[in-house]
Amino acid sequence: MTAIPDPATRTRFAIFRGPRVRKFMRHRLAMIGLLTIIFLTLACFLGPYLLPYDELYIDLRARFSPPLTGSHILGTDPLGRDIAARLFSAGQISLTVGFTAMVLSTLIGTVIGVVAGYFGGWSRIGLMRIVDAFLSFPSIFLMLTLAAFLKPSPTMITLIIAVTSWMEVARIVEAEVRGQSSRDFTAAARMVGAPHWWIMGREILPNVIGPIIVAATLTVARAILLEAYISFLGYGIQPPLPSWGNMLNNAQQYLDSAPWLAIVPGVAITLAVTSFNFIGDGLRDALDARSVQ
Amino acid sequence: MIRFLTHRTLQGIVLILIVSMIGFTVINLAPGGPLSQYAMTPGMSQQDLDRIAHQMGLDRPIPVQYLDWLVNMVSGDWGKSYRDQSPVLDVVWRHMGATLLLMGTSTAIAVALGTLIGVLGALKRYSVFDYMATVGAMIALSIPTFWFGLVAIFFFSLELGWLPAGNMYTVGDQSFSDYAIHLIMPSIVLALVNVAIWSRYMRASTLDVMDQDYVRTARAKGLPRWRIVSAHIVRNALIPMITLAGLQLPTIIGGALVTETVFTWPGLGRLFIDSLGYNDYPVIMGLLMFSAILTVIGNFLADVGVALADPRIRLG
Amino acid sequence: MTDPVLSVRDLRIRFRSGGRETQVVHGVDFDIRGGETLALVGESGSGKSVTSFALMRLLPEAPRCTIEGSVSMGGVNLLELSERRMAQVRGPRIAMIFQEPLTSLNPVHRVGDQIAEAIRFHRKMSKADIRARVIELLTLVGIPDPARRMHAYPGEMSGGMRQRVVIAMALALEPDLLIADEPTTALDVTVQAQILELLRQIQRATNMAMLFITHDFGVVAEIAERVMVMYAGRIVEQGSLADVLSHPRMPYTRGLLASVPRFEDAGLKTGPLGTIEGFVPSPDNLPAGCSFHPRCPHARPGICDGALPELAAHGGGAHFVRCARADEPAFGAEPAEVS
Repeated sequence: MTAIPDPATRTRFAIFRGPRVRKFMRHRLAMIGLLTIIFLTLACFLGPYLLPYDELYIDLRARFSPPLTGSHILGTDPLGRDIAARLFSAGQISLTVGFTAMVLSTLIGTVIGVVAGYFGGWSRIGLMRIVDAFLSFPSIFLMLTLAAFLKPSPTMITLIIAVTSWMEVARIVEAEVRGQSSRDFTAAARMVGAPHWWIMGREILPNVIGPIIVAATLTVARAILLEAYISFLGYGIQPPLPSWGNMLNNAQQYLDSAPWLAIVPGVAITLAVTSFNFIGDGLRDALDARSVQ
Repeated sequence: MIRFLTHRTLQGIVLILIVSMIGFTVINLAPGGPLSQYAMTPGMSQQDLDRIAHQMGLDRPIPVQYLDWLVNMVSGDWGKSYRDQSPVLDVVWRHMGATLLLMGTSTAIAVALGTLIGVLGALKRYSVFDYMATVGAMIALSIPTFWFGLVAIFFFSLELGWLPAGNMYTVGDQSFSDYAIHLIMPSIVLALVNVAIWSRYMRASTLDVMDQDYVRTARAKGLPRWRIVSAHIVRNALIPMITLAGLQLPTIIGGALVTETVFTWPGLGRLFIDSLGYNDYPVIMGLLMFSAILTVIGNFLADVGVALADPRIRLG
Repeated sequence: MTDPVLSVRDLRIRFRSGGRETQVVHGVDFDIRGGETLALVGESGSGKSVTSFALMRLLPEAPRCTIEGSVSMGGVNLLELSERRMAQVRGPRIAMIFQEPLTSLNPVHRVGDQIAEAIRFHRKMSKADIRARVIELLTLVGIPDPARRMHAYPGEMSGGMRQRVVIAMALALEPDLLIADEPTTALDVTVQAQILELLRQIQRATNMAMLFITHDFGVVAEIAERVMVMYAGRIVEQGSLADVLSHPRMPYTRGLLASVPRFEDAGLKTGPLGTIEGFVPSPDNLPAGCSFHPRCPHARPGICDGALPELAAHGGGAHFVRCARADEPAFGAEPAEVS
């Protein structure tokens, strides 16, 4: 099998030579996804510094210009604003909202999942019923209702997305923890008198990190998609703040005359979501304990 | 079987109760609660608002309000639309048909295509077809449904002129073929995500079944391949998919909302968006609760379906 | 002497996985005649199950699995048939019953339907006739109240009853050869005896040939007329029941027999049960020469680790042994230690 590395040769980057990382890297699609996300993130956060126009600049003479004509690479919108610049700004917001929502929902979902899976019995049944009840609402309906009732600031949107996304994580975590809780090391820890929170945090949680990471990755994908949905419908990120979703909001009426208005942001969303899904898939294969050689 | 049904019914009721509590919490998040409509009327003083609040019973303790609301819901009083004062349930009823038509057609397409792709992918595992189907599915469920709809409208309506860009029918011509042609794009667009999900799960389920001993027995009996695939592999692989169909309901309903918006389809989704625009809270809440209850009932029916299809559940 | 029902010559089976090919069965020959039961004995990993699956062509397709040699039935080499033609052979000519009755039956179809299915796709019979045949078969295998039981699902039956159903399914078309892959291993001892008796009865009545695969010599003694012992993909001893059980020449066979506790020894101090040291070698790592020599108490360097011994006749009869030292007279005596 693998030799135990000599401590002298272990560096901080030894993890990159680990078997699981190697397995991930063999997953072509996951690597493509990872590179795409890195590229997108860099483009959105650093791109604006490289473009000649910023997203607020109104170029009246170049209104409605298609991509690859003139000086605007991706064309301009009805107001004459550069689409590439708007795309990058919007990307900053969409990606940040998606990522933050993921962090929140993963936290909530993990806590609930661990508690439910560890304690079992009635608390598990009760908590899982609540999870099921939340899952019974179509996410979009719930989000729109909340967005209509509460002030739609980016923070609020992030919270709303998180509130409708934590359930999947909770389900996955609960299932994994349930398996772990009946194992011998848990019983051993209890015999020694370890308090519940210690066992949950120090013994069980580290063993469940794998599936949590996979679930988290897939949650980002979902969160970006959800933000796009509610912003498209007009109840998400509000103008003048751009997001990939609300860029599509006006695009429908110009579908005839300026189709690139609709196509460009959609491609960006699809790229981002697909990439995260590929990464999640690759992570799932890599972290699957049974298949590491 | 009876025990199973009673157990599931009780579970369903508990679920609906929790759903109602969540719903009630959401209602109370509305700014000003149910009073906001009145607050917008000029000339309302604070005493007027307080008096109306008292009339509406809004100064009673929360649990009492909740029970009151719950009793109303159960007896069919879901409030009245702010727009035209018609009972919310009537409004919902009027728009339900269009949505059911869309959802039904779309689900039928998704199940048929998804099963076909999934089973073929499993039977020809690791082939080019399988690989493309897997990657294709992952991309398909990453595409925003509404964007796919916009692109479809662009191609098929604007560029090619083959299909209408929206609505359920053309005014003046309400023949069957008119309805049918309007149904094509929205139902396919809505089906996209579900085909992707269904085919992935079907593939996994089929692979599981293919490894089972009874498939080997079927081969040992000298059955022709088509019989083994249909009566033994697919028949058994479809059983867990019934449960999946129930679980997918909220996704389909949500997708229907978005699809109806893009295609101006006169269903519940469009109604929801319109009501949001009008701040018609009773209808908004009504639709929210309706969708959740529909899902709970749908899942219950799916469980019954599994029990019918799988004797192990019935008898075990 | 009538022709054998099944004639296997030089059967070789290879598996390919992850770019590597492993030979699992290295040239197996045997015949089975009508009305006789040939027992194929070996431990797990010996290749016995793979051999039996190969006869029915139930192994994965090339390139994952390659089968060479000949498996002749009625003058036709089954290995050369198309899949469609082979499907026509399975059922009417050869049938198979498996080890796990619980999972061998489709839980979602009724028992009667599954037996009827075995018939329907091979014979054109009316529904009434098929129904009658199903009841007849269920009665034959000893299931009480067959007209009612045929509507049951497998989950509603006990293990023994399920195995009877599996046997009924296999016998539905009166095959010339029945392959039984450890059919009693998963059953209780009393049920085991019943099933064996049932199989014997049926065989006597129909002159069906049977290839019985097992690792249990107790079962062999009950049911077989001839015995074949397999080790590491090769036959190492072959002969009549009396020859192999009473006068085993191959040390491996001896070792296997010695490890079976004997009822007569119960309560007596006969010393520890015999064991064979070591492990069955994995197919991709076979020892040179005789595959068993690293574990054999009689191994002689220079003889046993060089050339692979032939499967040679011993004593001029139908008793074959694959051991370089089998013919040495002193070899016949019980060795001083067998562990």
